[in-house]
Formats: sequence, structure tokens, C-alpha cells
Amino acid sequence: MKTDHDVIIIGGGVTGCAVARELSLWDLDVLLIERGEDICSGTSKANSAIVHAGFDAKPGTKKARFNVEGSRRMKELAVDLDFAWKNNGALVLCFSEEERAAVQELYDRGIANGLTGEELRILSGEEARKLEPALSEEVVCALEAKSSAIVCPFELTCALAENAAANGVSFRFLSEVTGVERSEEGYIVRLSDASVLKSRYVVNAAGIFSDSIHNMVSGHKLAITPRRGDYLLMDKEAGGTVSHTIFQLPGKFGKGVLVTPTVHGNLLAGPTAIDTADKEDTATTAAALAEVQERAAVSVPRMPFKQVITSFSGLRAHEAGGDFVIGECEDAPGFFDAAGIESPGLSAAPAIGQYLAGLIADKAGARTKENAVLTRTGIPHMALLSDEERAELILRDPAYGQIVCRCENVTEGEIREAIRRTPGARSMDGVKRRVRAGMGRCQAGFCTPRVMEILSEELGIPMEEVCKNVPGSELLIREEGK
Amino acid sequence: MSRTSSPEAAEHVGVLIIGGGPAGLAAAVAARKAGAQDLLIVERDRMLGGILNQCIHNGFGLHTFKEELTGPEYASRFISQVKELDIPYLLNTMVLNLDRDRNVTLMSRKDGIRRVKADAVILAMGCRERPRGALSIPGFRPAGIYTAGTAQRLMNIEGYQVGRRVVILGSGDIGLIMARRMTLEGAKVLTVAELMPYSGGLKRNIVQCLNDYDIPLQLSHTVVDIHGKDRVSGVTIAQVDERRSPIPGTEVTYDCDTLLLSCGLLPENELTRMTGAEMSSVTGGASVDESLQTSIPGVFACGNVLHVHDLVDYVSEEASHAGESAALYAASSEGERRADAEAVEIAVAGGVRYTVPQRIDPVRMPDKVTVRFRVADVYRDKTIAVYRGEKRLSARKTRVLAPGEMEQVILKKEELSGLTAAEGLRVVIED
Repeated sequence: MKTDHDVIIIGGGVTGCAVARELSLWDLDVLLIERGEDICSGTSKANSAIVHAGFDAKPGTKKARFNVEGSRRMKELAVDLDFAWKNNGALVLCFSEEERAAVQELYDRGIANGLTGEELRILSGEEARKLEPALSEEVVCALEAKSSAIVCPFELTCALAENAAANGVSFRFLSEVTGVERSEEGYIVRLSDASVLKSRYVVNAAGIFSDSIHNMVSGHKLAITPRRGDYLLMDKEAGGTVSHTIFQLPGKFGKGVLVTPTVHGNLLAGPTAIDTADKEDTATTAAALAEVQERAAVSVPRMPFKQVITSFSGLRAHEAGGDFVIGECEDAPGFFDAAGIESPGLSAAPAIGQYLAGLIADKAGARTKENAVLTRTGIPHMALLSDEERAELILRDPAYGQIVCRCENVTEGEIREAIRRTPGARSMDGVKRRVRAGMGRCQAGFCTPRVMEILSEELGIPMEEVCKNVPGSELLIREEGK
Repeated sequence: MSRTSSPEAAEHVGVLIIGGGPAGLAAAVAARKAGAQDLLIVERDRMLGGILNQCIHNGFGLHTFKEELTGPEYASRFISQVKELDIPYLLNTMVLNLDRDRNVTLMSRKDGIRRVKADAVILAMGCRERPRGALSIPGFRPAGIYTAGTAQRLMNIEGYQVGRRVVILGSGDIGLIMARRMTLEGAKVLTVAELMPYSGGLKRNIVQCLNDYDIPLQLSHTVVDIHGKDRVSGVTIAQVDERRSPIPGTEVTYDCDTLLLSCGLLPENELTRMTGAEMSSVTGGASVDESLQTSIPGVFACGNVLHVHDLVDYVSEEASHAGESAALYAASSEGERRADAEAVEIAVAGGVRYTVPQRIDPVRMPDKVTVRFRVADVYRDKTIAVYRGEKRLSARKTRVLAPGEMEQVILKKEELSGLTAAEGLRVVIED
């Protein structure tokens, strides 16, 4: 009997999309299933957006290996797939003489993980402040990681997904996997809409739900604890407060809070680390937001918190074993895990994708796809273009001359393009993540009605059906009798 | 004006007005009447009139036209003048760039990129609402949270209903107006919570929009949690102490599908900052002299981009003054333009938060200058006084002063002759 697909990937976060992209280069039929209305709608959308250099994870762990590999690969991927990535470097701050040894330990760990002496350097407090004048006087020394970078996690995930789609991967949204069973040909995947799909291989990239998916087929149980991280995002005017990503040495102040510029020029502070029992609990709390402020101020005493434009929280998938769970499941051949992907998961994604795709292609005896598309061009960002480039684009498509989001200078052309791509935006959040409409200082106050209208037009749905994200998040109330 | 296909060639404009809302319209009309040629209004929205288009309630124009008009009616009075006076305007056009030499880059669907060099520029971009994010309200981030103005636009311009059971945070005027508007549309407005011990809105709006509809206003209360992952399902409100911190045990949760925010307006000065103009940290707008000129010669500001007003009538009045000043500037030669400012900063004390203008030139000033300001708290039975050095120039007794209402004093040229910075000029609230 033939299966419906060669591979079903469960989860459309950055990991699932990276696996999809790498699998799409092989001659395989691949389907990606996502419970949200769009890709990048779980952990991938709410994190620190850092491409870690790789000095943090313990040598020998999967976290260490895939972080270093992924981070190296990210640079070329940013060129091939056209997403925002910036090598801004990082500093890990040490605030007490007693903890100097821990800085050296991090340095050694980095070298053991494969980083070079060129990439890492220990600075005195003075040298660190010379690099970053906003740093606290209390800093006694710091580890500088030159290869640390920042990335747009939304663009990264969209770029991977679009390239996968261009190579034939199909996507199915608003579908929750309710069961996975072994069968003769591979696996049977049951969905919440009662449909049943057959696949030779399954990839579990279900984020905070990757334990439940894994446990459907394996006797070696996984246990994911959602670990909430709260963040504060500041206006672009505050974006120049620091240029490096500023970490704190874990220790005296608990697991530290970072302060970093984003690739789009905002300033970000966070996260907290609060274990919760509820996998849907992405609500911020006043106490957590206060904690972010307090801890960030340890690194940068004059944090511009008056310029906060939004706060958010995300859930990291912390697995009880403490490491990533990556590879073919021992007692379920053909079932591949990418589970427990917490930090440095974003950095590691390109390497995880390549590794798992390689394993699957090998097992399936697949050949590389002829004429595979290896590059993807991003949606033009009018805000970043020169006047000449803008004029040319408007001449080609006048919709690029119509500003819709005035804070981020996002045009109608960009928004329509975001919806028209595959996989395209289906919601306000999908538009926001792809082109930043509503991401600026007014937080969608002015552009909401217009973006809703464009979504309604492009999707052919009434305004009352336009959602912030999943069904149930409609922005308008249907009037009685209509 | 001809369309240019190349962004290289800059067109010349006498007075460029950025913003076609109430401030921009009044400024343009006044500039034309003062003799300015080559005017151009640039508006980013689809029509002239700005925020007035969505203010379909009445109460506008009592000062200007001595009658009660709706927002669109008030706007149309100025729009018809703009048309009668043949003042050109561009719609759906964004100003992308403005420098201190008044070089302007415009962008639109119709004209692509267009470069303009203006003799004088009037900044009239208005303001925006403080969003949920800037308030750091904890909880989920579902659909159903709107700033009052966004909800007003969706209801009054687009014709949609945004919610059935509503809680409003903040008692700014738009929030109060929307409490009434949503009630009239069949929604149930459960309560209005205000963080401060006083309302930020006009007294008349509290009476006409809340009291008349039995909508409770809870002063010294704020939102401490938002429930519902997809759409708002509830909002928890708590009382706050003197330091505005929520008091544990006072929480009450309201079942609702909508949270409206009316928590302050922020002047939109992105373009102003591009020019390097000196800003006021109190108003969030540029710091200006008595001609409403910013610290950048030839760049003027008026309306809510300069400081947030309570009544549109005062916006029109202020904008007319800016229009006249800009027309004069555009018509003058380099030599006639002031080289070094002789202006004296106006000091404030006793609860006066700021003044607009922030400085005044006793020589160049017209016979009378209106100085507007807001106060920091609610004051009863106080006197607003103006001092030149130790000498009191004027004093006016007031029954109640409130942060929601704009106040003004008139400065007379005859009383300020020979004024120096050393001597000083102060606007104060005193017993």
C-alpha cells in the first residue's frame, strides 16, 4: 500500500520549517502540519532572537554541537534565503571578583565546543565599557563572543518555509495531531478534523508539545516543562543603547536577563524563566515584567524603559533531560525527534534541519532533487530601500507607494505580497511577522483597519472573519441579524 | 505642479503643510490669506480632515463658529475654504524625509517618489494614542484590545461593531466619547477605570457620556490582568494606592469581550526629530517661539503635534497663527529673517507643567500672544499669574483647574518691552 506522503513534519516553528527546507532538496513528498493558522506561531515567535556563538552549552551535548554548527550555517543561509541577520557580537558580564573563574570556564567551554580563539576574548571591565559605554560600573570583566549574532526569527522561519514550498513541500494549518501510530508502511497520523494521513516517516518538531507527540510512539517517555520567558521591547529610538548582545554570567543574579538590539533596531530585554504547568500560558505578569526591568538594569543601569512599546512572553520547551532530543527514535524506527528544543534552538535550527533531513534521505534512499531552488528572495522592505529603488518598485507596482503602517513605513504592496506568498499570511499577526505592519511604536493603532481590509480583500473573506491569529480571535463582532 | 518621474529633481514650494487635519487645514487657510503662494498640503490618509472625520459627535466649533458642529462638519468648513482658496493638496501621500534645510521626500502610489524644497514648513502631523504595550498591562495579548480612536474609526468610518461588553481603561476624551457611542450602538459599557485620582477628559464629556448613561467611572483604578488567549474574555481591575500601585485584595474581574484604552495621546514627531529641532520633554513636541517656529528656522509647528489640545477650536486658532508666521517667513528675504534669537524662555511654577510657546521675543512679538498650558493636578480656588521678574503682570482667579483642560494667559507686548532673560518671565499657579 502506498502512503500519502514520504514525510510528515509535525510543527511549523523554526525547527519544523528548517527540516522542511532541507528535506525539500531531496526527492521526497513532504507535508508539514501546524496547529496554528500560520508558521512561526509558537516558541519561534517569542524568544530573544539571538544566534548564539556556542560557548554556553556543555561540551558533548547536542545543544553544543547543533548550536555551533547552526550558528555557522546561519550566515550563508541569511544570504541564500534573504532574511535579516546581523553579526553584532556578544558580551557576557561578570560582576564580582569571585566569579572571574566562571568567565574563564565559559571561554574554555567555547573552545571545547569548537569555537576559535579568534571568536572569543576575555575583557577587563574597562575594556567592556569602552566597547559598550552604557554598561554598569560594576562590571569587573566580560567574555566577548565576536561571532554572536542577531536574527529576525519571523523572517528566518518564513524564509525556510517559503523555500521549502518552492521545492514542493505542502503545508496544512489549523490541524492538530491527535494520534500517531505505527503501521506497516510507516506511520498513521490522525488529525483533529478526523482526517487520517499515512506517511513513511514522521518528524516531531512540535515544540512544547513534542513530548506528547513522541510519547504516542515511544516507550522512552519525554517530559517537556513549558518555561515562560517574559520580555520588554523598546522603541527604535532606544535601539542604540547597546550594540552587542549583553548577557549576564549565570550565578549571583540567577539565570541572567539579556539586553540586546534587534535586527530591526529596537531594544529587547528579557527573558524571565518561570516554569508553568500550562502549555497555553503565554500571559505576562506584572511581577515578571518588573523582574525583567530590575535584572536588565544590573547590566545597563540607565535602561530606557520609558520607551517600552510592547511586552510579550513565550514558552521554551524544556525537556527533563536538559538536552535537545534529536534523531531517530530508538523504539520507533522512522520516527524522528527534534524535541526539547529550547535555547539555543533558534541558532541550532539550520543544523538540526540539515542533520535530520540527511538521516531521513539516507533511510529513504532518496536522491537529491534535480532543479531544486536553493535561494529565496524576501519581500522588499520599502523602509530600507533608497529613494531610487523605491521609485522603481512603485513604477512596477504602485501599491508599494501606499504607506499603510506609518510607524514602520510598511506599504500596501508589502502586505499584499505577504498574503500572496506560500505559505502566506492569514491573519493580522501573520502580516505583522512578515512585514512588520503593526510592529512599531503605535502598535497597530493606525494600520489595523487598513490591514484588516487588505486581508479581507486578498483572502476573499468578510471583515468580520479577519482574525488576529487563530479562529476565535476575530477582531470584529458580527452584528445581530447579519 | 508637474509630476516628476525622477526623484532627483526637487520642486519648489512656498509653504509646505505636513498634515491635512484640523491644524494643517487652518494653517494652510491662514497662510494663503496672509499672502503665501505655492502652498501644498500633504495628507497621508485618504481624505482631508484628519481625526475629525471619525468624531461624528457634536460639540465642535463653539468658540470658532459660535455654533455646535460635528467633527466632519467642523472639518468641512475648513476644507471648503481650502478649495475656495485653491490650495493644492495631496492625499495618500507620506512624507518620508524632512531635513533642516526643508528638503522633503514624499511618497505615494500616484506620484512615486517626489522631492520638494520648501521655503517654510508647517508641522501638523497630530498625535497618536498610547498603546497597550506602552502601558505594560500584563496578561494575554488577544484580539479585542483597541485604543479608543482605532475603535472609533472602525465604528464611525468603516461601520463595524468592535465589541458587545466593554471595559474602558483611561478617561481621556476619546474614551469617554466612545463609552457613549458604544452604548448607543447596543454594547454594554461596564466601567471606565482611571489610574489617576482625576479624569483626563473634559468635565462636559464625563457628564454627557458617562453620567447620562449610568456608566461608572472608577478613579484610582487600573487594569491588572487581561484574560482570554484568542479574544478578550475578561479584564481584572484593581484600585491603586497614592503611588499608583495596585492594592492587593481590591481586584474585580469583569466578563467582557473588549478592552478600550484611552490612556493619553502622544505627539507624532518623527519628522520633527529628523530636522534636529529642539524638543520639549514635557509636551513631547517641539519647543517653539511666539511665532510657533521651532529651533529650526522656517520650520513651524501647530496643533496636537506641538502639544495635545483639549478643544479643536484652540487647534485652529494656534494653527492660523502658525500659518501666518510661515507665510511671513516664506515671503521674507534672508536678511529679514532673524539671525540670533533674542527670545526669553518662559518659566513655569506651582503646577504649570509647560507653556506653548516656550519662549517669547519681546521685540518681534505681535501686540498680544496667547500662551497655552496645562496643569499637573486638580487645583481649587487658585490664581493664575504672570510675573516679569518680581512684578506681577496679570492675575486671574480660578475655581477649578484640571489636567484635562487647557488653560491660557495673554501676554501683551506693551508690558514686555525691554524684557531680558536675566529678568525672567514666569507663569505660575498661586494661592
